[in-house]
Amino acid sequence: MATLKELKGRISSVKSTQKITKAKKMVASAKLRRAQAAAEAGRPYASRLESVVASLAAKVGKSDSAPKLLAGTGKDQVHLLLVLNSDRGLAGAFNSNIVKAARDKAQSLLAEGKTVKFMLVGRKGRPVINRLFPKMTVATYDTTGFRDLGFANAAEINEQLMAMYEAGEFDVAHLFFSKFRSALLQEATGQQIIPVAMNADAPAAGGAAVEYEPDEEAILADLLPRNVTVQIFKGLLENAASEQGASMTAMDNATRNAGDLINKLTIQYNRSRQAAITKELIEIISGAEAL
Amino acid sequence: MLQFDLVTPTALVRSEEVYMVTVPGSEGDFGVLEGHAPFMSTVKAGELAIYKSAGSEPERLTIEGGFAEVNERGLTILAEKVG
Repeated sequence: MATLKELKGRISSVKSTQKITKAKKMVASAKLRRAQAAAEAGRPYASRLESVVASLAAKVGKSDSAPKLLAGTGKDQVHLLLVLNSDRGLAGAFNSNIVKAARDKAQSLLAEGKTVKFMLVGRKGRPVINRLFPKMTVATYDTTGFRDLGFANAAEINEQLMAMYEAGEFDVAHLFFSKFRSALLQEATGQQIIPVAMNADAPAAGGAAVEYEPDEEAILADLLPRNVTVQIFKGLLENAASEQGASMTAMDNATRNAGDLINKLTIQYNRSRQAAITKELIEIISGAEAL
Repeated sequence: MLQFDLVTPTALVRSEEVYMVTVPGSEGDFGVLEGHAPFMSTVKAGELAIYKSAGSEPERLTIEGGFAEVNERGLTILAEKVG
């Protein structure tokens, strides 16, 4: 049986933990609103770029002169998994879900005899992936120095990616991040970003003869890397919103659990206090009776 | 009037009706008026001049890296940065 003093100590320590989780929850919900707004602000650019690339890609098609980003390298051997994680914990299963999605993909690719390489963004995914797939991480991108990840970060990641693609270090690239559905629901997803997945029923560039400057292929060659950047950027934004959502839910649960624990401990504390008083009374009474 | 949209990855910067916009295309500047033929061009870093009405002083914006599309709906510029 814990002494009264011990119980008191435990109650106050759980109370201070609850204060921390409560504060973190409120911070997360404030940040979530901002992250959501950022994700929404990025949508027009992404959707317009996508529609232009789709219509151009449909026009240029899979001709021999099509850019490598669209046509692929002609091989399907080396797969690069670009995994976006965050730098901080306290967000429930947010990071481990993303890693899990990447791990499943990597294992199925390895089972097919493909070569798998990893590029890791953010700090949290590194230890797990390095342990599961030692020596397969070819590049990392450190995000600890930035408060909010912006388009410039996506562009830097893209630059590294393009350099590796040009050097023929991989044939196919997949992007792993957590899709933001709602504050309660985030979904770790993977999608292929290189070569650009062709949308078969893309709308043809509206009947009228469009003039191109320079020409279609040059424009496409300029836009495709941009499109990859935008997809990475979208992944970063979705990730940021998901992280805050997951953090909010996790911290809400933690606060509630701490409350339950405090109630339980308080009852236990009161009971043992009463027991101690009763015991003292019995001692006094029986002492008096004995006289 | 010409419907003019300027979009960056982080925001929709402009969406308004204007008289004319001159764009720093990668193969030379070009001006877009209402009813321009469908046209697509990459854009180099440079100055965008927006004329609110005929003969008015243009408003100048520097843009960096992007792409311009003219279609029947108007002019859309996707720029990586607007400064």
